[in-house]
Amino acid sequence: MSHRSFVWLCLLPLAVVTAAFFLLPMARLVVTGAGGPQGLAGYLAILTEPRYRATLFNTVLLATATTIVTLIVATIAGMFLQRHRFPGRAVLIAMLTFPLAFPGVVVGFMIILLAGRQGLIGDFSNRLFGEKLVFAYSIYGLFLGYLYFSIPRVILTIMAAVQKLDIGLEEAARSLGASPWAVQRDVVLPALAPAFVASGAIAFATAMGAFGTAFTLATNIDVLPMLIYTEFTLAANLSVAAALSVGLGIITWFILALARSFSGSAVAAAG
Amino acid sequence: MSAQTGHGAAVRIEACGKTFADGTRALEPATLDIARGETLVLLGPSGCGKTTMLRIIAGLEQPDAGGKVSFDGKDMTAVPIERRNVGMVFQSYALFPNMTVSENIGYGLKIRGVSNKERAERVAQLVALTNISGLENRRIDQLSGGQRQRVALARAVAIRPGILLLDEPLTALDAALRDRLRSELNRLLRALGITTIYVTHDQSEAMELGDRIVVMQKGEIAQIGTPREIYFTPRSRFVAEFIGAANIVEAAIEHGHLILPGGRQPIYCDTDVPAAVAMIRPETIRVAAAGAASLSGTIDSVSFIGDRQRLVVSGVSDRLITIDAPNTVQARPGERIGLSISPDAIRLLPPEN
Repeated sequence: MSHRSFVWLCLLPLAVVTAAFFLLPMARLVVTGAGGPQGLAGYLAILTEPRYRATLFNTVLLATATTIVTLIVATIAGMFLQRHRFPGRAVLIAMLTFPLAFPGVVVGFMIILLAGRQGLIGDFSNRLFGEKLVFAYSIYGLFLGYLYFSIPRVILTIMAAVQKLDIGLEEAARSLGASPWAVQRDVVLPALAPAFVASGAIAFATAMGAFGTAFTLATNIDVLPMLIYTEFTLAANLSVAAALSVGLGIITWFILALARSFSGSAVAAAG
Repeated sequence: MSAQTGHGAAVRIEACGKTFADGTRALEPATLDIARGETLVLLGPSGCGKTTMLRIIAGLEQPDAGGKVSFDGKDMTAVPIERRNVGMVFQSYALFPNMTVSENIGYGLKIRGVSNKERAERVAQLVALTNISGLENRRIDQLSGGQRQRVALARAVAIRPGILLLDEPLTALDAALRDRLRSELNRLLRALGITTIYVTHDQSEAMELGDRIVVMQKGEIAQIGTPREIYFTPRSRFVAEFIGAANIVEAAIEHGHLILPGGRQPIYCDTDVPAAVAMIRPETIRVAAAGAASLSGTIDSVSFIGDRQRLVVSGVSDRLITIDAPNTVQARPGERIGLSISPDAIRLLPPEN
């Protein structure tokens, strides 16, 4: 056997797995999406049909809000945790990263315990104001769930990036007269930009596609994964479900690519 | 440089010690005055506290309670670095990777709200002064080590600091470049005339750049003096051996002579000492014919260095003696020679404790 054919033989398992679990289902999904009464135009339904469009808009808004708030919270927390040593720090980090172990269903359950009809927040507001505050079953509950889900991942990435920061850069900026705010703006945040893009992308993609939490909270929250589920199981509308799935994938991919290319220049400039 | 002609601030640190949170003492309480326009070098091996002292002056570290830092008589101890108006050059240079060369140099001026036009003028002036024309729009990762060093210096000087602080600015460079940049840096510092505090572990850097040198050892000041004072009249064995090469001789002194295995060497000392420690620099020993000098020994080895040759001689003292002889002297290993030393070239050191 020649060296070359040996290498090709070694690639065979990868090719089989790729074909079986990636290429074929994807192709089938794309074909199914075009198999509805409207044919290929079914793909445009995600933009033309008002209900789908509103859902898409909701989903992107939710994912964007989740990403931004996650980045803000995780950056401040991550920077603090990396730069300070205090008793209980290790325990705190372990607790913060604990949600990594939970599936979406459990996160949804916890949101219901917190903000559901029998939830802690409801009890508390009932005693204070005589009115039960319940938001677990709405998009706000979902937002809270996604935050809880995303913050640990992002915190770990940010902490690793902060550890690699050259503290001399901050000292140099201070020696040149920069206030603490200016140091963050001109030195620290630009240096962390690659970490923001990498971890923000994960948070965004998770929030776009996560299903377990949404399903646990309610079946009538208008986000794309829920819409796909209802079209598929309740309405048995296979072609629409497939078209929406492909649309969800493409839009997520497109926004991530956009973020990456946008930061690409920033990353390159950051050396 | 006299106090009248210098620029910048006079610095005084008083009883400044530093104990870190884990209890290690990085710096024993030290007091030091630095004149306006003076270049002071903090010299010592790693871990001697020189960088800690620099960081206390910069405002990056707080001295232990009781310590005080003042610039031109004004107490600065509680003033953070961003308001001390110090220019600092770091060992890693710490140039901002997200800014170009000119943005780096102009950063301190931008923070101070200097207008674009004035800033561009000042940056152009420093680019010319530090010899980096043509690199203005480069990114930092496109610069060589020597270029980075110049940008770091230009950035520190751009804000017209009262004090310039340099933390091993040449250590990251290779040897040939280091020598060239050292004399360039020396010219530049003389031209600027700013009060400069320069940290290094390299004694030749310290000699060339310093108006005065502070030799530090284990968190304490071992000696302060001009390069000549430090070299010719070291106050301890540590200083003698750290600066230049030194022969350390332990022997008794009787009737104005050092009693050595190789003979009786005259010395300026009236009292008899049973165990004295003396320092003799290698270049102060002259090679003479055997028997023609008060000391004699046998050549162990000869290394020809070019401008001079280094002889290692045994039999003079308990230890080997090093001589820097002119390159014209004929010397072969195994030969007996005489060693002629002027009594005023011998420096008595306090015995080690």
